[in-house]
Amino acid sequence: MSVLDLSRWQFGITTVYHFLFVPITIGLGFLVAGFETAWIRTGHERWLRLTRFYGKLFLINFALGIVTGIVQEFQFGMNWSAYSRLVGNIFGAPLAIEALLAFFLESTFLGLWIFGWDRLPPRLHAACMWTAATGTLLSAYFILAANAWMQHPVGSRYNAATGQDNLTSFAAVLFNPAQLAGFPHVVAGCFMTAGSLVAGVALWQLLRRPGIPADHALAFRHALKAGAVTAIAGAVAVVITGDAQGKLFTQHYQPMKMAAAEALYHTSTPAPFSLLTIGSLNGSHPVFEITLPRLLSFLGTGNWSGTVQGIDNLQSQYAAAYGPGSYIPVVPVTYWSFRLMIGMGMLAVLIAVVALWVTRRGRTPAFTGKRAGLWRTSLVAGAVVLPLLPLIGNSMGWIMTEMGRQPWLVYGQLKTADGVSANSAGEVLASLVVFTLLYGALAVIEGGLMLKYIKGGLAGEPLPGADGDGDDGGGGPGAGSGGGADAPMELVY
Amino acid sequence: MHLSDLWFIAIAVLWAGYFVLEGFDFGVGILLPLLSRGDTDRRVMINAIGPVWDGNEVWLLTAGGATFAAFPSWYAAMFSAFYLPLLLILVALIIRGVAFEYRGKRDHARWRAGWDAAIFLGSLVPALLWGVAFGNIVRGIPLNAAEHFTGNFFTFLNPYALLGGVTTLTLFTLHGALFLALKTTGGLRARARRAAMAAAPAAIVAGGGFLAWTQLSYRASATSGEGIASAACAALAAVALAAAAGANLRQREGAAFAANFTAIAAATASLFTALYPRVLPSTLSPALSLTTGNAASAAQTLAVMTVVACIFLPLVLAYQGWTYWIFRKRVTGPPQPSVPSLPPAPTGSRPAPRVP
Ligand code: HDD
Ligand code: HEM
Ligand code: HEM
Repeated sequence: MSVLDLSRWQFGITTVYHFLFVPITIGLGFLVAGFETAWIRTGHERWLRLTRFYGKLFLINFALGIVTGIVQEFQFGMNWSAYSRLVGNIFGAPLAIEALLAFFLESTFLGLWIFGWDRLPPRLHAACMWTAATGTLLSAYFILAANAWMQHPVGSRYNAATGQDNLTSFAAVLFNPAQLAGFPHVVAGCFMTAGSLVAGVALWQLLRRPGIPADHALAFRHALKAGAVTAIAGAVAVVITGDAQGKLFTQHYQPMKMAAAEALYHTSTPAPFSLLTIGSLNGSHPVFEITLPRLLSFLGTGNWSGTVQGIDNLQSQYAAAYGPGSYIPVVPVTYWSFRLMIGMGMLAVLIAVVALWVTRRGRTPAFTGKRAGLWRTSLVAGAVVLPLLPLIGNSMGWIMTEMGRQPWLVYGQLKTADGVSANSAGEVLASLVVFTLLYGALAVIEGGLMLKYIKGGLAGEPLPGADGDGDDGGGGPGAGSGGGADAPMELVY
Repeated sequence: MHLSDLWFIAIAVLWAGYFVLEGFDFGVGILLPLLSRGDTDRRVMINAIGPVWDGNEVWLLTAGGATFAAFPSWYAAMFSAFYLPLLLILVALIIRGVAFEYRGKRDHARWRAGWDAAIFLGSLVPALLWGVAFGNIVRGIPLNAAEHFTGNFFTFLNPYALLGGVTTLTLFTLHGALFLALKTTGGLRARARRAAMAAAPAAIVAGGGFLAWTQLSYRASATSGEGIASAACAALAAVALAAAAGANLRQREGAAFAANFTAIAAATASLFTALYPRVLPSTLSPALSLTTGNAASAAQTLAVMTVVACIFLPLVLAYQGWTYWIFRKRVTGPPQPSVPSLPPAPTGSRPAPRVP
């Protein structure tokens, strides 16, 4: 394999892996902060237990988010140095600002939150989680602005002679229309993911046999509701923003990507929506299709008889504009990742709705009657897959977005092949192998830990500073006592 | 002064910030197997850096990001040239970061022992390699006209750069020992102080030698303002290092840590001023060196970054400082028994927690 292919595989693997942890971090941070605030507001201990329980899952996940993020930051220079040299003065700025504005905020305030239970008054302690969560959103904004610039370069002047891009307006980069559509879409996806995790875990706990103690069940009921509502709201937002992105990209920015996502080969007025298209192996033409007439015109343009451009027509336009070569991404990947993105997300919402329904108004699924066993098994299975579905959806979304942009690295300006470093294939192969093995091992370890803490449920949560007399809300974070002036610092790790 | 010079200084400050901060948490990681007498000691040591290590590491990310934005060619050439050393550093930082968070998450001696090893190696490797990397940056690497590195892994293993590695390793170990002496109690504190006594001479010899060698052989110019500043910083570093050793002997823990903090910052400043105005010298020909002039970003980018940095860097310093203040207490073990079982199951609502 060439340095280019190896670098692409490495970037794809490490980035998709990083993005498994990112959406959980972003969404769950806010949910945990919400639980803690609910505890402070109501004084009900169950909210504190939920804060501790989901907080632990959050931290297990966050650890991998951080360490895989460091790799991302370094990779641009290591593997894509030609790219970095040519576009660094636009792309580097959001990255640097992200570190300064967001990463310091996340890491510092999360440190305070983890170690501050006995040091900080409750409101301040909860505020630390809110601040860290805000940091994750800021970080998402800047990195996505950088990515949006690669999808649709704005605010810069391209010098075709040197291949270099120069910044002309930073505001234009930050408020790129592609970013304004993409950021809400990604963030909504993050809330969907975290909501599904919270709800899936809670549902699974409620279905356990023998059942969990009544007070724990009550707590998980609240969690299920909070999680499922978040997931459903996230899903609505994901559909609305996804539709907006689709129109923007079909009509203006990357018609080729959207044509590939629909496997639409010929420009059509009106264009049908493909329910299922099986293409030839090289993706150059369809073999079998089931379509819904006019739907794609509507989705892509907002008009039932609008024109949607097809792959073949776009290819000849691009070849005329940019010179000979293929401008067609891998159609089957783009097509299927698009469908899986939507499909996985929609399946998750369905399960979330069922979970809400079976637990409505204090009910517990009864499992009586003829199909009781089947019904129970499917609910348990639903609870187990619920957190995984949006994760897959997210990865598929990225794969579609990034692979659909090929052969471009910066759309219309820099090809992926021209962005890669001049390192030897041996070096890149070494790093690809090392990262893949290490990430694989870490996935096993993290998965094991997650399961252990999920199974442990609320029983495994000693409350901080709980002094046992249990009459004055003594479980409160630093309710004054533990943090006395000369008291030593508690051990957390 | 050009904005690009300002950003050269800013990047030097970020690296110095990284070394003075993460320097001590690397040191603590290296000392973990050496100073602990049992699991409680190890927990105390890890908890001493627990709230801050991640924030410290962000100085590195910011330095990397700032280099990317302000000197794209420098970032591109440096990161692709140091491919394999950076891979090693990344692996080390990955296992180390995960180890801090996961070590306590299972109650198994073998589990903990594995992560302890990860913390040790994950701290040792970067503490050594950052020095080797900086030695090579100051010395220069074979960089051709296309700004591509033409050497291989063994190019980096020259005596000067290896001495740089020993310098950072010993300095950071000393830094960690002084930090532990300041932050712990009892036997651990005494052992940390003794470790500092042992590490100090090594750091003085290696660091003194490395800085002197830099001044003699690798300074851009001996007569320019930067050249003189570089010598002055090297002298300051030497004095501060000696002062740290002395203060440690007199059990002035705060002063010893502060002096070593100064020594590391001054040593970093000495290297960057020796480098200026080059950012990555080429050993093939001085004409091929990257400089603050030919590697810099467009003026517009530098202007934006300057505004952002002026607003947010003070803010970051303020809240990071506040964290150190919140966690200023010494860490001790054994932990107060945290009540394993909960008070009787809650019935109905409990009064809201007191908010002082
Ligand atoms: C939509 C959001 C998003 C996206 C697209 C990315 N990240 Fe990320 N990243 C985050 C959202 C995030 C986060 C939520 O802020 C994380 C995840 C877990 C965490 O610790 O913070 C994070 C962590 C994180 C860290 C560690 C920060 C620390 O030590 O505290 C670095 C250096 C990066 N990321 C860099 C990148 C780069 C260079 C990316 C592009 C390829 C990237 N991330 C994609
Ligand atoms: C600002 C940030 C990003 C930059 C600069 C970037 C850049 C790149 C580059 C250079 C490649 C290699 C070329 C290629 O193979 O297609 C790539 C591919 C890819 N990236 Fe992105 N990307 C960014 C964000 C992301 C994110 C956040 C994800 C989410 C998971 C992602 C997912 C992918 C995938 C799946 C590939 C495909 C790998 C392949 O085609 O071989 N990217 N991107
Ligand atoms: C009806 C539902 C949806 C529609 C119409 C839709 C539409 C789109 C479109 C058009 C893009 C490509 C934008 C580009 O090229 O830059 C995209 C990207 C993406 N989608 Fe979706 N999507 C939907 C559902 C989902 C769901 C359920 C998830 C996750 C759970 C998700 C996650 C993503 C991600 C992570 C990206 C890549 C980031 C980006 O470019 O914004 N999407 N989506």
